[in-house]
Amino acid sequence: MLLSPAIVGFLFWQAAEKIGKASEATKANVTLQWSIILIIFFPICIGLLIFGYYAFKDAYDHLPESSAEITDY
Amino acid sequence: MSNNNNSEKGMGFIIGASSVGTLIEWYDFYIFGMLATIISKQFFPEDSGTSALLSTLAIFAAGFIVRPFGALVFGRLGDLIGRKYTFLLTLILMGGSTFAIGLVPGFKTIGWAAPIIVLVLRLIQGLALGGEYGGAATYVAEHAPAKRRGYWTSWIQTTATLGLFLALGIILFIRKSQGVEKFSGEWGGWRYPFWISLLLVIVSIIIRMRMKESPMFAKVKAEGKTSVNPLKESFGHRANFKMVLLALFGAVMGQGVVWYTGQFYAQTFIENICKVNFVDSRNILMIAILFATPFFVVFGALSDKVGRKWIMLIGMLLAVFSYRFVYQTFIDYTNVAAKRTMIDVSKTTKSDAVASIDAKDKKKALINVRYDSVYTDGAVYTFTKTDTLHFARDYTGNTATIAYIIVKKDSTAGLDTVIVKAKTAAGVILPEGITYITAEKKSAKPGVVIEKSLDSNTFWKMVGWVFILILFVTMVYGPMAAFLVELFPTKIRYTSMSLPYHIGNGVFGGLVPFLGTLIVEFTKTKELPGGDPLAGLWYPIGIAALCFVIGAIYLRNHIDEDVMD
Repeated sequence: MLLSPAIVGFLFWQAAEKIGKASEATKANVTLQWSIILIIFFPICIGLLIFGYYAFKDAYDHLPESSAEITDY
Repeated sequence: MSNNNNSEKGMGFIIGASSVGTLIEWYDFYIFGMLATIISKQFFPEDSGTSALLSTLAIFAAGFIVRPFGALVFGRLGDLIGRKYTFLLTLILMGGSTFAIGLVPGFKTIGWAAPIIVLVLRLIQGLALGGEYGGAATYVAEHAPAKRRGYWTSWIQTTATLGLFLALGIILFIRKSQGVEKFSGEWGGWRYPFWISLLLVIVSIIIRMRMKESPMFAKVKAEGKTSVNPLKESFGHRANFKMVLLALFGAVMGQGVVWYTGQFYAQTFIENICKVNFVDSRNILMIAILFATPFFVVFGALSDKVGRKWIMLIGMLLAVFSYRFVYQTFIDYTNVAAKRTMIDVSKTTKSDAVASIDAKDKKKALINVRYDSVYTDGAVYTFTKTDTLHFARDYTGNTATIAYIIVKKDSTAGLDTVIVKAKTAAGVILPEGITYITAEKKSAKPGVVIEKSLDSNTFWKMVGWVFILILFVTMVYGPMAAFLVELFPTKIRYTSMSLPYHIGNGVFGGLVPFLGTLIVEFTKTKELPGGDPLAGLWYPIGIAALCFVIGAIYLRNHIDEDVMD
């Protein structure tokens, strides 16, 4: 659960650093690359956060034996 | 149960019909990647910063990123109307868009419409692929007997690698028969693999039309138990959503990076970092694929006996611990300085330096020199250096005799200096009738292209190591379809398994070459201009290690006897 915000923080820190260091000629390209990375990995990190939350709440202690246990609706 | 009643022959047809279509979809998807360099030259303007931006978007991101969306769209359809019609639809979309890419005129003919049309078609390809795999794997698994589900579904798992093999083979064949020049032209042979796709897809559609609906889905449908809203049931309910997350972070995420690092990244690395030539780098991968592919079935069958979990996780762990060693071995094998065999001086050549005026900028001249170092073991290392000279005024001719000295630092030819015909300004001695102009300065960074043709021994050793990398792929990927199918209930299976699969493969895996190259770029400094060539491996190693830990703790080594519910 803690890993997810750590990854997000690391990605934003790296993005800011790399874009800041980029020369004028490469700035647009570097910004685009990091935008793609952040757009892709941000929702995945939210998923990882939710996974961590479920694991923290012991939701995976018992995995379903049949589909009936999965369909809780 | 009906799935237990299928004879071996019946299962053979089901597997064949499903696999051929899936293989073709992978082929369609990969030819774009394999021809990325030519495609970006044909469909984007030359020497434009914007072209680099759009190329990045189109080639690295678009096709992979939309795969999860395809999984949602077609997964939902598959759970609503059935598996058979959905993956027929994905096949038609994939075949149609691939064929259409081969018909789009280049940037020179239709301008910006070219990259936009290609981008749209590439998005359709990604969407279609997102819907295909889940359907095929589900379809086969729902026909297969419980005790052999791993074995039968592993045939579907071979299709991604065989699709890559087919793409490589067809491209190499056409390139060789046409020659590089003709192959790379606007309407050259690089378009043929796209056109061939149409034939393959038509054959596959005919075969798939003869298939029947999955017995499990047919039963669920007959009983009126199909899902009303598969997306909501898959991701809106905690009990199922937690399994989607577990599938992604405990299995598919690691499998995706191992798949791409063992195949795509290996080929990219051998070609771009080790500088092995176009044909050799692809032949290495093709041969390794050929030998390793049967192991998908071996590990799939083994998973029926010992369970899926540990086969997949051991494959990941082996990858984590061996990647840096194996890739360092690639560097060592192709390191010219470490080569112990002698240079065959009688066959080693240096071309005459050729100077040509840049057609777009008459104040520039390009000096080109090529060295071929032939070794006694048969290896050939080619070093081509292109330097740029700048003049104070426009030059009107097409070729020039220029005062210029090339100092060769990186070549292996053993020659250190070459003088291009004329002498320096201080002591000019020129034959009559040759125009002489003085270069004001030269570009700080000459273009250097190094290409290595490997000797037979090194070639086969490289094949052996790539084979081991693909063996890890077969361990993590062989049992994966059966594992995913067993994780979710029939009525929302297509949707539930497709999304984590395509995030794991399309996003985590598909971005391995892109992110790997980017990380190497980050390590470049003034002291180390080439960067750390192995740095790019930290991305797949980190993801696979995390996935191993999550999988080892939370996955269960369980074979679901009944996936009918």
